[in-house]
Amino acid sequence: MSKPDLEPALTIIESENVKPGSLITILQKIQTQYGYLPKKILEIISRRIDIPAAKVLGAASFYSQFKFEESGKNVIKVCHGTACHISGASKILGFLEDHLKITDGETTDDKLFTIERVACLGCCSLAPVMMINDTTYGRLTLDKLRKVINHYRKEGQSNA
Amino acid sequence: MPEKQKGVLLRKDSVKTTKLKVGLGACGIAAGANEVYNELVRYVSTKKIPVMVEKTGCIGMCHNEPLVEIESEKEGRILLGNITQKNIDTIIDEYMEKQTVNPKYIVAGSDYITEHDGFFKKQVRIVLDNCGRINPESIDEYIEMNGYKALHHAIKNMTPDDIIDEVKKSGLRGRGGAGFHTGSKWNFTKQAPGDEKYLICNADEGDPGAFMDRSTLEGDPHAIIEGMTIAAFAVGAKLGYIYVRAEYPLAVKRLEIALDQAREHGFLGSNILKTSFSFDIRIKEGAGAFVCGEETALLASLEGRRGLPRIRPPFPATSGLWDKPTNINNVETYANIPRIILNGSEWYSSHGTEHSKGTKVFALAGKINKGGLIEVPMGITLREIVYDIGGGIKSGKRFKAVQMGGPSGGCIPESLLDTVIDYDSVTRTGAIMGSGGMVVMDEDTCMVEVARFFLDFTQQESCGKCTFCRIGTKRMLEILERITRGEGVKNDIEHLEQLALGVKSGSLCGLGQTAPNPVLTTLKYFREEYEAHINERRCPGGQCKNLISYIIIPDNCVGCGVCLKNCPVNAISGEKKEPHIINQDICTKCGICMDSCKFDAVDIKR
Repeated sequence: MSKPDLEPALTIIESENVKPGSLITILQKIQTQYGYLPKKILEIISRRIDIPAAKVLGAASFYSQFKFEESGKNVIKVCHGTACHISGASKILGFLEDHLKITDGETTDDKLFTIERVACLGCCSLAPVMMINDTTYGRLTLDKLRKVINHYRKEGQSNA
Repeated sequence: MPEKQKGVLLRKDSVKTTKLKVGLGACGIAAGANEVYNELVRYVSTKKIPVMVEKTGCIGMCHNEPLVEIESEKEGRILLGNITQKNIDTIIDEYMEKQTVNPKYIVAGSDYITEHDGFFKKQVRIVLDNCGRINPESIDEYIEMNGYKALHHAIKNMTPDDIIDEVKKSGLRGRGGAGFHTGSKWNFTKQAPGDEKYLICNADEGDPGAFMDRSTLEGDPHAIIEGMTIAAFAVGAKLGYIYVRAEYPLAVKRLEIALDQAREHGFLGSNILKTSFSFDIRIKEGAGAFVCGEETALLASLEGRRGLPRIRPPFPATSGLWDKPTNINNVETYANIPRIILNGSEWYSSHGTEHSKGTKVFALAGKINKGGLIEVPMGITLREIVYDIGGGIKSGKRFKAVQMGGPSGGCIPESLLDTVIDYDSVTRTGAIMGSGGMVVMDEDTCMVEVARFFLDFTQQESCGKCTFCRIGTKRMLEILERITRGEGVKNDIEHLEQLALGVKSGSLCGLGQTAPNPVLTTLKYFREEYEAHINERRCPGGQCKNLISYIIIPDNCVGCGVCLKNCPVNAISGEKKEPHIINQDICTKCGICMDSCKFDAVDIKR
């Protein structure tokens, strides 16, 4: 893995560190910038805002939003809220896992897809629902799912 | 590029212009409303059609998304459902030419009777009054609907004590779930010694199956800002935070727009409405931890730490954010405030029951015909919500239960459908009012599996601080997993009950104290399902994989071969035009065959 460019991280830390209790906001902005929380940057945060590294990692590992590894190009969030659950969310997840040959939390070898099982996306009346990057797909059927995944795969391959 | 806020006005001939409003809540967008909006804008401008295309928030009728409302002086309001970018052009052409719309698209309207009318009829919209009517990104439209009038009145004509009295008299109770009296809560913060006080809006809507707060934030963000500002004036806070889930990017975006507009107009910031009162609001995005909905955990998270709850007292009203007095209320609670101040406590308390006043917003979802965002007066029965508003159960199936209150709540059975919605009646069933998630379940739902689902959730979200919650939920989950796998043993039910009572009484915060509720209520009302799993190795809901098998009904099977082709493990065999067979030794029970069969030939043997 190539070393992350530290410049943007330093700018984020400097601009946020003026407010008290800014650790989580800093972590969120770092993750938006890098897609995950690189270890090296967690160490820098610890030094710059004067909080022990253990506490920084403690906070980061507490919240499900934070990732410590790079995700795939397309992050598929499969909703497991109550409405989705009783409308077949496990089938959706099962199909994706079979189809992409990865399990929840993993990334495909071609770095195109990561599957994440999430608690609730709040679109319950369209259950079952998933979100790919920022787009929500509702009223899913296995047929629709297959089409959507193929679309992203084609897009990924043509951009590769 | 900033988006246009007023829609596209093409002919400024009069204010009587016909308006087309597209419901752009997160649900609508997921159903394709953005595409409809873009197509409308494109079509209307190319054809130079004299109408205004506008954005609005969640209209509420989620089962018919995407929704477009036509509003004209002459024809009144017509709500159109199931609109796509393909059918919208023809609909507009027809409407502009003949002022009519193909009835199959009309889902509600002042002059129309539709099969969907029951959906709005029993609702009373106070919190959602603007939601789906105004453009949430336009402060002018909010002001037009009497927006910020309550703030003006509160600051100029009332003292903080007057406001607290009015809120107390209204009978408003916390809409986050616990139902504490809002006015009394405010009074505690106001009375607490110290000059530095904070105000927090809890928008960390974490219950799976709930989207009320998201819809309110997306559809009427100014109402929450106005409610918070009035509350800040009453309790003496100078800084407020909205702690909102990071999973709600649209809500965050619309809040940011609304905050900027409110500051520009002098409703927020220094010297509000040219008085000496100053108050500002910051947005903090949650980072994904259910426990942060608990107020002391939320405070820890706001301070940049792990979201661990702590023992109360001291309550946040005396020692909250940075140990300063802090008032915390939920989104819906604040959204009620401007209406209470504007219309008076008497008007507000005329809705509801003796101990639960006003209305409650629910996210109605699950196996129901007409799911959506609804607001009902307290005192309405569950039966009215499920059948009159929700239109009954999907696909002619039988009702089994309604789940209220998410992982902290419980499942209410058919025999209790006449329970009225108020804090006390719902609590008596073993469920809780909760923040408003209401998921309807049908005969194909396994109640043991539902209990396992919620326990799995709370067990994962348990912060780990106290033993009862951390280990108790884990042990309960293990038993439930065993039962749903078909490996339940004698005494499992007794052990579950024993553990449930222990976790309930021994846990430190609300998460643990309520986590056993889904188990306790299903044990209370659906005990026979637990017994069927344990004693007969049978799943009456047909959901637990180890206890069911997929079979092909030979009489229905035409031998089309679709299931055979779709089966991922090649468990299906059969000649063309002959009934097929599933090899039970290979079948993984994924259910793809059942979903792909067009002849209802695949069934579940329970």
